Amino acid sequence: MATVNNDIKTYKGFRAITLLCLLVLYAPLVIVTIYSFNASASITNWEGLSFRWYADVFTGPESDKFKVAAFNSFTIAIMAATASTTIATLAATAMVRGGKFKLRTVSFGLISLPLMVPEIVTAVATLIFFNSIGFTRGYLTILVAHIAFCIPFAYLPISARMQGIEDSFEQAAMDLYATKRQAFTKVLMPLMAPGIISGFLLAFIVSLDDFIITNFVKGAGVETLPTAIFGSVKQGIKPNIMAISTMLLSFSIVMVTISYFVSKSDNTK
Amino acid sequence: MAAGAASGGSATTDTYKEARNWLLLPSWAVLGIFVLAPVCMMLVYSFLTKEFRGGVIWEPSLAAYDQFFFDRGLFGDEPAKIEWTYITIFWRSIWQAGAATLLSLVIGFPTAYFIATRPERVRPFWVFLITIPYWVNLLIRTVSMKFLLRDQGPLNDFLIGTGLIDSPIHIVNTNFAVQLGLFYSYLPFMVLPIYAAVERYNFSLSEAAADLYAPKWVTLRRIVLPAIKPGVIAGCILVFVPSMGSFLAPDLLGGAKNFMIGSLIEEQFKGNAGNWPFGAAASMILLTMVLIILLIFARQQSKAENGGS
Repeated sequence: MATVNNDIKTYKGFRAITLLCLLVLYAPLVIVTIYSFNASASITNWEGLSFRWYADVFTGPESDKFKVAAFNSFTIAIMAATASTTIATLAATAMVRGGKFKLRTVSFGLISLPLMVPEIVTAVATLIFFNSIGFTRGYLTILVAHIAFCIPFAYLPISARMQGIEDSFEQAAMDLYATKRQAFTKVLMPLMAPGIISGFLLAFIVSLDDFIITNFVKGAGVETLPTAIFGSVKQGIKPNIMAISTMLLSFSIVMVTISYFVSKSDNTK
Repeated sequence: MAAGAASGGSATTDTYKEARNWLLLPSWAVLGIFVLAPVCMMLVYSFLTKEFRGGVIWEPSLAAYDQFFFDRGLFGDEPAKIEWTYITIFWRSIWQAGAATLLSLVIGFPTAYFIATRPERVRPFWVFLITIPYWVNLLIRTVSMKFLLRDQGPLNDFLIGTGLIDSPIHIVNTNFAVQLGLFYSYLPFMVLPIYAAVERYNFSLSEAAADLYAPKWVTLRRIVLPAIKPGVIAGCILVFVPSMGSFLAPDLLGGAKNFMIGSLIEEQFKGNAGNWPFGAAASMILLTMVLIILLIFARQQSKAENGGS
């Protein structure tokens, strides 16, 4: 393949479209980031650089609402990501290291179910479910729903990683009289660390970012950051919303970047 | 992400065969109870009677589906006519999702092809660049898009400033704004499967075509495109399906005139004004459409795989 002349492979204009694509993807985020530092109270006019709206997020009239929402968002995301990563790791071990079995396809279908069902349908179904068993909507219902739909996001990087690790490492350990449990915890899990970390981070971001399902199952009075932001935006985009959005988007980008570099590192060699 | 879900994984060993059921139990329990059972419950609810303050009365009824498809007048005593209101909303959602898919394909295909023909070392970085925005909160991305496109927004300011236009172009609250929002929401789903397909494509085929004096664009259309077709179809499905049921882009960028399924469903569960069985029925209809599309796709993929090897 390397011998194929580049002239034959490449097409004129494709580079330009790629750059246009990146421009469309990044321009809105960059613009909002810039305007979040605007000193003006209007979102239209530029009046110079200021951290005013960042201060407003922490001390302004809406700060209490944002603090509670941020607390809810982060505690739910940490717990949901931990639980779904644990569940996904166990499932991946069965799927990748469990031989062939009848229910393998069904299991895989079940794990990817939250990816196939449109999110709004999952949201409606979850709301109806909690209603029908008489469960009061609130913090706990959000947490449970998040654990469920984060599982496939944690599962995919973890199972991909496990498929990339030859089982000769565990076989060698067991030849040296390690039990299966020891081979699992002392050999496979350390090798799996990059996959598990990137699965955890993706689940964490997916939970932190979710709006639709949370909006349905949150109940009255309980807000996460996305639902609080949505409530504010409905009355118009305000500068403090741009500041909080910039913080949240920077956080996501940092997390994904860490996940990218962690999953690239290969400790099996 | 969902692209990876299509392949179940090939290399399996049976080291933990005995523990298999215990290892799978937590995922079965959580997904069974909190995803699968709720969907079944939703099906049941769609056949119940509505309670006027939200919720349901446990009395079997076809009223929800009847209301969706038929118009029986204000008091329900006129001869049934086809009710076009909801069919129109579904049709608009399909149309908008289709337009967004086409837009994603037109931009996403050249992008995926370009990335796949970069030197192998730098490809992951390009893919990373394309996927970063996907991981930023969808709500924030949609709000940012609205901020940029507003009548008094930076885009119109810029165009007026350069003298290209005299008065702002109205983009927000149009169909095009919704399509742009959907494109922005799901573009990586188009790029990733096409990228994976082009990466596997054997470029000596293109070289052979060039040796036989095929013009480059003919080679692209007649040789490259048929070879990577499964990737292109996968990309289209992965953009189309979530677009159809999306809520944020039509709600924030589309305004009241460009109502889509997502908003119709959401409205049924809001406050006291909603109609739960009707919302459940509309969700069931959406889910059925999506599953049919995925099923046709899965059958085609397995046919292509069996025929290919």
